[in-house]
Amino acid sequence: MRYSVFSVLGQALRGQRDWKPHWRDVAPRTEYDVVIVGGGGHGLATAYYLAKEHGITNVAVLEKSHVGSGNVGRNTTIVRSNYGLAGNIPFYEHAMKLWEGLEADINYNAMVSQRGVLNLFHSDAQRDAYARRGNAMRMAGVDGELLDREGVRAMVPFIDFDNARFPVKGGLLQRRGGTVRHDAVAWGYARAADERGVDIVQNCAVTGIRRENGRVTGVETSRGFIRAGKVGISVAGSSSLLAGMVDMRLPIESHVLQAFVSEGVKPLIDCVMTFGAGHFYVSQSDKGGLVFGGDIDGYNSYAQRGNLATIEDVMEGGMALWPGLGRLRLLRHWGGIMDMSMDGSPIIDRTDIGGLYLNAGWCYGGFKATPAAGFCFAHTIARDEPHPVSAAYRLDRFATGHLIDEKGMGAQPNLH
Amino acid sequence: MTTITLRRAETDAAPAAADRAAPFRTAAGGLVDRRRPLDFTFDGRAYTGLQGDTLASALLANGVRLVGRSFKYHRPRGILSAGSEEPNALVELRSGARREPNTRATVAELYQGLDAQSQNRWPSLALDALSVNALLSPVFAAGFYYKTFMWPASFWEKLYEPMIRRAAGLGRAAAEPDPDHYDKVHAHCDVLVIGGGPAGLAAALAAGRSGARVILVDEDFSLGGRLIAERREVGGRSGADWAATAEAELRGLPEVTVLTRTTLFGVYDHGAYGAVERVSDHLAVPAAHAPRQRLWRITARRAVLAAGAIERPHVFGGNDRPGVMLAGAVRTYLNRYGVLPGRRVAIFTSGDDGWRTLADVVAAGGEVAAVIDTRPSVPPALRREAEAAGARVIAGGYVAGTRGHLALKAVDVVDAYGSRETVACDCLAMANGWNPVVHLDSHLSRRPVWSEEIHAFVPGALPCGMEAAGAAAGRFGLADCLETGAKAGAGAASECGFTAAPEPAPATDPESHAHSPLWRVPKPRGKAFVDFQNDVAASDVELAHREGFRAVEHLKRYTTLGMATDQGKTSNLAGLSIMAELTGRAIPSVGTTVFRPPFTPVAIGAFAGHHRGKEFRATRHVPSHAWCEEQGAVFVETGLWLRPAYFPRAGERDWLETVNREVNTVRANVGICDVTTLGKIDIQGRDALAFIERVCANPFGTLPVGKARYAVLLREDGLVMDDGTIARLADTHYVMTASTANAAKVMQHLEFCRQWLWPEHDVQIVSVSEQWAQYAVAGPRARDTLRGVIDPGLDIGNAAFPFLACAEVTVGGGIPARLFRISFSGELAYELAVPAAYGDAAWRALMAAGAAHGITPYGSEALSVMRIEKGHAAGAEINGQTTARDLGLGGMLAKKKDYVGRLMKERPAMTDPERPILAGFRPVDRSARLRAGAHFLAVGASPSLAADEGYMTSVAFSPSLGHWIGIGLIRRGTERHGERVRAYDPVRGGDVEVEICSPVFVDPKEEKLRV
Amino acid sequence: MRIRCPHCGERDNGEFSYLGDAAPVRPDGMEAEAAAMHDYVYLRDNPAGAIRELWYHGAGCRGWLVVTRDTRTHAISDVAPARDVALARRKGEAA
Repeated sequence: MRYSVFSVLGQALRGQRDWKPHWRDVAPRTEYDVVIVGGGGHGLATAYYLAKEHGITNVAVLEKSHVGSGNVGRNTTIVRSNYGLAGNIPFYEHAMKLWEGLEADINYNAMVSQRGVLNLFHSDAQRDAYARRGNAMRMAGVDGELLDREGVRAMVPFIDFDNARFPVKGGLLQRRGGTVRHDAVAWGYARAADERGVDIVQNCAVTGIRRENGRVTGVETSRGFIRAGKVGISVAGSSSLLAGMVDMRLPIESHVLQAFVSEGVKPLIDCVMTFGAGHFYVSQSDKGGLVFGGDIDGYNSYAQRGNLATIEDVMEGGMALWPGLGRLRLLRHWGGIMDMSMDGSPIIDRTDIGGLYLNAGWCYGGFKATPAAGFCFAHTIARDEPHPVSAAYRLDRFATGHLIDEKGMGAQPNLH
Repeated sequence: MTTITLRRAETDAAPAAADRAAPFRTAAGGLVDRRRPLDFTFDGRAYTGLQGDTLASALLANGVRLVGRSFKYHRPRGILSAGSEEPNALVELRSGARREPNTRATVAELYQGLDAQSQNRWPSLALDALSVNALLSPVFAAGFYYKTFMWPASFWEKLYEPMIRRAAGLGRAAAEPDPDHYDKVHAHCDVLVIGGGPAGLAAALAAGRSGARVILVDEDFSLGGRLIAERREVGGRSGADWAATAEAELRGLPEVTVLTRTTLFGVYDHGAYGAVERVSDHLAVPAAHAPRQRLWRITARRAVLAAGAIERPHVFGGNDRPGVMLAGAVRTYLNRYGVLPGRRVAIFTSGDDGWRTLADVVAAGGEVAAVIDTRPSVPPALRREAEAAGARVIAGGYVAGTRGHLALKAVDVVDAYGSRETVACDCLAMANGWNPVVHLDSHLSRRPVWSEEIHAFVPGALPCGMEAAGAAAGRFGLADCLETGAKAGAGAASECGFTAAPEPAPATDPESHAHSPLWRVPKPRGKAFVDFQNDVAASDVELAHREGFRAVEHLKRYTTLGMATDQGKTSNLAGLSIMAELTGRAIPSVGTTVFRPPFTPVAIGAFAGHHRGKEFRATRHVPSHAWCEEQGAVFVETGLWLRPAYFPRAGERDWLETVNREVNTVRANVGICDVTTLGKIDIQGRDALAFIERVCANPFGTLPVGKARYAVLLREDGLVMDDGTIARLADTHYVMTASTANAAKVMQHLEFCRQWLWPEHDVQIVSVSEQWAQYAVAGPRARDTLRGVIDPGLDIGNAAFPFLACAEVTVGGGIPARLFRISFSGELAYELAVPAAYGDAAWRALMAAGAAHGITPYGSEALSVMRIEKGHAAGAEINGQTTARDLGLGGMLAKKKDYVGRLMKERPAMTDPERPILAGFRPVDRSARLRAGAHFLAVGASPSLAADEGYMTSVAFSPSLGHWIGIGLIRRGTERHGERVRAYDPVRGGDVEVEICSPVFVDPKEEKLRV
Repeated sequence: MRIRCPHCGERDNGEFSYLGDAAPVRPDGMEAEAAAMHDYVYLRDNPAGAIRELWYHGAGCRGWLVVTRDTRTHAISDVAPARDVALARRKGEAA
């Protein structure tokens, strides 16, 4: 059933009786043209664009738990394309454009809200670094503005301008950035892919990848062997484990990143704001909770939980920037597992094994990339060549030196 | 049932006159102090409560039932519980900068002058305009917003979303900075006991008596848990008496710490726990110098989880009507607070436990209209008790709906034969069994397991070192609580090496916990709520099921069940049980949602503690700080350092004039700059040189004693990590400097190289950054100035002490010092290091010695101008993205040794001749201003990423040249001197034509350096 | 998280900073192929389970430590000074 105000009103009169599952929960068939491992936002988007853009509909998405159980439902919902390096900007801008048309495309309200992303700076050097980034964005046709202190004050008058340890000097603003209701992205893509014939198989864990003569032939799963000509791995957080099934080692470590939400309150802040002198960023959900986050905990982890020292660090940043937060209460904090790559940028590429493709290394930036990651990964799988906007995300760039290191932190994943 | 009433000695006194006005206060009894009335207001109306009340009990005592509006439908809501699980009774407490939204009235202690407002309603609680939403509830089903608000797209941000956001949210946060402060404390103990009910008290006693260090925490302001909420007997005394005695003993034990008003909110790895103590929340304002709250970081070797259990509501039509309460809460209000939650109470129970309410209501002077027990057969003794009290018994029946608008007036009951009747009552007590508090043991990703015996989840595999006791372990009986608590406490102490044996548990009065839960009534009349706060009804769970959201996490996220401020404490199991029924599965196979910290919401201020405002991070002062302050220097934050940026003089119009004067003075005479912020690393040992050769990319084998050399460090990936100088003070003794920003990182890296990569080296390194004050003395008169400070004996003439010489000297008559002839400014320059304690004196001595030579202090701004004039790379160039070659340092790298970064810097992209490389830039129109961050484009090219040739890294106004200059990275920069490009800066509206030139603008032949 | 430093005793993990897997061995830069150095710098096993990893006790003794920890549970089973481990490894290579 198409979703619209009319169908909603109609169902209101009928006791909501006629709604159908958003997607079919199917058992896997024995063979597909393409198997996507991972039923998160990226995997589902990949399946959707395989069907929509390339007409490949004999596709299964295999999810070991339930749809959207990974990072697509654990992030802080921010979308933006305010990157500074040539390898990144066109890709994230492609994602932004897809976000802007998402609801019309998939007939699902994912609440794409372009409320603006404001990165504060606190020193001349930081201002110049943001100017460098903003200028690069503008050269690529992406919106970006450098605000001075008064420009920032007009947007967020409640932050500490007078007694700050690191006074706010201005900010880089991308007005088209904002937030998206994260779960709805997974569900919306699942529904849209399902409508185009993709099989979404939940509770189906991949336990092995079968190869013959240097080509994949299918995947072993908890629900039996599934034959496939092409296999795409899209399991951020667990990429190394999947790669390990074919004896590949990746330039990736798994790290835990915590996220936080406060109790719901009436509207306080309209934009997404990041602190430039500490680990803290914040936005407010439509439900009223402040959603905030900070740095990763810093050590390899597959446990979806963090530690207290990081929580304190984030809250200290929050109080330093916005002293009015003190009496608001933290409602819940949780952890997700990030694929932290060696240069802080992702990988969308073929592998040395024929028919095996990799979408990995998203660090903590995977959510905002979802539509473009799916779009480009589908392109790579369908055409066996990179999409132009994701051409820099090669697996061999560490060997050739074509690093995409926005922060300049080097080959240490926990610093990105 | 015995006839115990809870009372404290002082409550025997006659009730205070003021309290007689509270119409629902019982005649006597309870743990409130009837001699201490407290005035408070709710929604502007004045009321009086008693010391020992919560806001909730005081409101109920005054007959206030309606306390809030629900989140989505704005339905009238009352008080459901008497504890921290409360989903409904949320208020804005206090006002102004201290306003606290979403405060649970059930745990807010009453204080004189308390001021609370209801929230999420307009214009008033009784007349809420948005209650129209309730009429639209057929539309506003779970997830409706995913299906609509899509057209036209631009309306989302402009219309739909602002509308939703205004309606959503609960209370209003204070708009102003929090005026209170927060404290943090670290504590260590052998045994942490979580919960001060019967099990927790027994555990703390057993462990405490052994001499173990015990910390007992309880979220309540009184210890005792259910002992002070029920009329129970322990060892021949009232439970409350027993609890008070236990508390007194614990407080007398030297190794025991008792923390009330303290919520253990999180369990973290390796025995780390987070707790928050509400030090002053029971006061109108904190006492002077007292924190509002205190964050406890507790490290415990063992923990006893005795956090009790939470009662379950029934799911029936209109179960959210004000007046419908948990039965245990009804008893708490009766027994602990001396408050009648209603005059005519109906009891809706699925087990024997709910029946306790009957006697308590009667004892408190209330009337019980009926007991509706969902079980077909009711024990005869209970039936007799009801008959004696004049209450009807409806066995095998259920409550289908409620009547009344803003308060309960009657319930619609269906009996075992299906016939309906209406029972008038103003309070309905629901008892549907209890859920052990399994939240804390779930924080470390442990899943609870289902117990068929008690129809609830109980702790599964507990975190290492934790044991559950009492109701938290699913042992609801009081005797069980005392016994399992004592056993767990003794066990924990024994495991910590103390001799502890649990004493036999005292006798208790008999009780029965037989029950058979009813997960939802068969045919509810009206909306049957599962999650009260988020307005999730049983029909929403059905809708989620219909739409395929059957996994427990899908159910939660699609319907928002369990996502409110109570995190589903009263709703999770109800949601699961309905989904189990719909899918034909058993409850445990539907699953459990993962409980996350914190257990109850914790103020953000408490986590931050004192780290806010200027105290957010430590502030490091340079040794000359006091002098600089005296001189009115302007300071700038540089990492943790506060550095003097420039030293304005009277009459100077702006910073630029000041900085120009400082630069000119250095270039003409002499200046002095505090460079103590540099990292300083002492390297000593037989293999010191071998070690330096490994960590530096340029060679050091030929560096003689008494000489310094510029040093470049690479990361292993071949990019530049940092630069500095290395001075050889003696055969096996070197001192290295690192940049201010990278000082700690370089030290860590050197330790890594020394301990892990080349452990065979006989070398020791130590950071001496804090031990030495270091000052740059620069300018043609630098030598003359220094001669006035260093003790005679060392010839610092150009021949004896040439460029890059270094020596250990003395100043001020024998104070050890170090002198390096190195220059960042390009002038004849030295850096003089003295022990930090002499830093202030040495600075003043240098200023005095330089006075005759026209000395000026200069700050980080002039320092930066001069290094840009000389084309030296600094933080903007060494940004982790550049190679040595990019910075024009490629030629100095060693060929014949291994060093960190040697191989990786040779990768094709790192040696690509098209890589942007360091060059200088000057505006074609000399009056134009340059800006760092501008990108370079060919003149005439239209801006695009493909046209991007690099960017400006640093700029300065050069007083030496009289115009702006810049250095930056540009494709093939060294080959293009003289060529013109655009410096394009759209974010600041800049577009300046510049000429590419050598990055060395001043004294390219280095003549001034070597005189 | 708590780490038992062999020099300082058990301390909060906030006192330490993390580098990563201790398994990769740095090849000699004069002898190794670039590919071997690439593998050392960039490729990781990233196991879900026990890992030996390098931590730096920056707020304590400045010692580098080899910590054996399970990445699924965070449970630590061993902590040793990195220099001792490195020397033992050298000895093993020599033998």
